[in-house]
Order: sequence, then C-alpha cells, then structure tokens
Amino acid sequence: MVKTGTPIRLSALDARLATKEAQALILPSRRSFLRGSLTLGGLAMLSGCSVTDGDGVESALSAISRLNDRVQAALFDPGKLAPEYTDRDVTRPFPFNAYYGEDEIREIDGDAWRLEVTGLVADKRTWSLADLRALPQQAHITRHICVEGWSAIGQWGGVPFGRFLKHVGADLGAKYVGFKCDDDYYTSIDMATALHPQTTLALTCDGRPLLPRNGYPLKLRIPTKLGYKNPKHIRAIFVTNTYPGGYWEDQGYNWFGGS
Amino acid sequence: MPRSSLSIARPYPRRQAIASPGLPAAHPLWLRLCHWINAVAVTLMLTSGWRIYDASPLFDFRFPRAATIGGWLGGALQWHFAAMWILVFNGLLYLAMSVATGRFRRRFLPLTPRMIWSDLVSALRGRLSHADPRHYNAVQRFAYVGAVADLALLVASGLVLWKPVQFSSLRLLMGGYDTARVVHFCAMSALAAFIVVHLAMVILTPRTLVAMLRGR
Repeated sequence: MVKTGTPIRLSALDARLATKEAQALILPSRRSFLRGSLTLGGLAMLSGCSVTDGDGVESALSAISRLNDRVQAALFDPGKLAPEYTDRDVTRPFPFNAYYGEDEIREIDGDAWRLEVTGLVADKRTWSLADLRALPQQAHITRHICVEGWSAIGQWGGVPFGRFLKHVGADLGAKYVGFKCDDDYYTSIDMATALHPQTTLALTCDGRPLLPRNGYPLKLRIPTKLGYKNPKHIRAIFVTNTYPGGYWEDQGYNWFGGS
Repeated sequence: MPRSSLSIARPYPRRQAIASPGLPAAHPLWLRLCHWINAVAVTLMLTSGWRIYDASPLFDFRFPRAATIGGWLGGALQWHFAAMWILVFNGLLYLAMSVATGRFRRRFLPLTPRMIWSDLVSALRGRLSHADPRHYNAVQRFAYVGAVADLALLVASGLVLWKPVQFSSLRLLMGGYDTARVVHFCAMSALAAFIVVHLAMVILTPRTLVAMLRGR
C-alpha cells in the first residue's frame, strides 16, 4: 500500500492512528519499561527505593494486575449486557487498530481457511466459513473501547460464542478459551466472558462479510472487553485450564481487560 | 502577614492564638498519615493518568513524557490500577475517621457561599491569615471540601471508564462513556489546580507544613 517516504495526506483519524502505530513500533522492551518509568513523579515518590531495582517494582505491579484480574472476575455479572446502539450511531469507517500498520493487514483466502478447535472439547473437527454461516447467527451494535481510551460503535454479526462452545462440547467448567490468529496475534479470555450472551464469533461487520482490516474471515467480538481482547483473523480456538496469556497481556496489559 | 480586621464580623468562632506547644494538635496522627498516603497516591494517579491520556489525547495537546510514569501505556496502566487501591481505601478511611471523630464538622462546617465570598475578598486584600493550622477560614474550608468532593468525582468517573458495563447506573449518571472521559479529565484538572494553590500556600506559610508533619 503506502511505501515509506511517499508523501501522503492523512485524515485526522488516520494521522492519529498512524502516530499511535508509530508509537507501538518504538515501544521499549517489557523488561526496561519500568526502569524508564521512574521519572519525575516516580523518583520523588520512590526515593526510598533503589531506582535500579526495576524488577522488584515490575513484579509487584504484575502481582497487583493479577489481583485485579480476580477482582474483575468477581465483579463480572454474566447477565449484565453492554449498551446497544442504533444504526445511526455506527462509526463509519470503523477505525483500524492492531500491533502492526494498515499496510501489513493479512489477506486470508476464505475458501481455503479452516478453523481449528482443540483442547478440552468433545468435537475437534475443523470448521469452514460455510459451516459457521450455517449456525444460528446474532448481531449487535455495540461500543468497541480501546485500552488507549478512544471508542467506536460498530455492528457485528455472527455465531453466539457460548452456543458454539456448547455445540462443540467444550468443557464449560474450564478456565480459559485461547485464540491463535493468522496475523500471529494471540489472546485468551475467561470462560464467563466466553459464555456471555453478547460474545460473538463475528463473520460480518455492518451487515457485510468482514473486510481484511476487520479481521476476515473470523473475529471474536466481545462488547464487555477492551479492543485487545477482540482477536482478528482467528485460526484456532482452544479450551484449557493452563493460562495462555496474550500478545499484549504478556507485555503488561491487564489480562481480564474487560468492563 | 496582617491579621484580619474583619474577624469581628465572622459568624464562626474567632481564631485562637497561633499554634503553640501547649495547645492541642492541629492534625492528629491518623489525619497526617491519610494526608501523606493520599499525596503519594494522587501523585502516582496523576503522573500515570497523564501517560494514559497521551495514548489517545482528548484535546489538542499531550503531557510531557518526563512528567509521566510507566514508560509506556501498559506500564502507566499498571501504576494507575495499583495506586487506585491506595487512593480509594485511604480515602474511605479518611472519610470514616473524619466523620467518626467529628473533625469534618468542626473543621469544615458551617460553610456558606456568603462566608466564602467574604473571606475570599479579605484574602485578596491581604487581610486574611491562614497561619493557624487549627482553624480554617471559609476559603480553605471550601478548597478542602472541594478537593475531597473532586476526588470522589474522579473515582466515580474512573469507575465508569474501568467498568462501563458493570457500573451501568454510574455510566448513565455520567452521561455515557465518552462524557465520563471528559468528566475524569476535568476533575483531574481541578485537582491539579487545587494542588498548585495548596503548594503555593504552603510555601507562603511554611508552619502549615510543619503542622502536617509533626501535628502541631
């Protein structure tokens, strides 16, 4: 698409997203972010601690983040629905966001694509797009909230994920559902959220098949979670009791990441 | 600093003499602990919050990186969601103790707009002293009660941003997710403004700092 160095004019939204992507590319490594974090306010507040003792602070903050996961799981009411909006409220075009730039969006061949379902499930057969389209569908217009603070309203349609899990005979008492994606992204969610009535294996956006930028052929849409818990280009789903982590979660984003 | 010539007209008891060792402590130990723990928590919340703001600025500016903690969005979020527990539990302890000991009533009440106006006018004329840490004039009362209320608003709007689905009534009260972001930002700005004035006053009257450290 756009080659480096080519002069281009960006819309305000594109410019903001481009800046954000550039920032993502120059992220300091996970090990160094806390050492770098001890600036003005931090120094003043932590003058009693060794500033070079970043690993201690980092592990304390990670421990609190895991505690926050448990608090959030306790706060989560599986029957409480995210607010739904009308067609008038939909953000068009829906903003693109990923850990890579828009010029690296994967083009997946939907005819050859198959969804793997593994782990604690009875039926481990693979699924084609036609198989998924043959299941009962649902659609919701909900707000997608990014961890950065911005939000956008979109209409997503597809297979209710709870019904899908029951259909494949998943162990609904398992702790985690993990996702591996064709863009090398990965994430995982708690079973309560997987079974939430609005959680959808999305095949459509705005009533049409997903575009590559939306995560074609399959995206998980969870209105009760932040954007980074909504994986695109899903290739495999697995049910497990072993903590699977996630692309951003392994770098420090909160694992529960939901509202 | 000139003493107030308007004190006769005050509808509440006149200030006692400047703090001396024989008088009761201006600030009991629990209050001083709450104050300094809150100062730490607020500093962590502000500096990490500014880094979170910078990830997707609401307005046409960013906070300088050197004034923030966390290093990147993920690190700042970890600080913010850790320090929030200190802020909230310390704040609840402060409120409970203030009400239970009667300090809130003694220090901050009565408080009327007329009193605030009259004390503000004398303060601007240089005729109002806040040198006695055991007595607050109406402007101080307003500022301190306002800071406590503002912190409560920060926590409430923060809860909406953290959990817009679970705290749906609070979300509706705030006017929705996007409005809650603006409320959170404005309440932060008000708190920052309070801190600037608060620190300026402490520099002008250093014995108030001693009182908050030693109690008298």
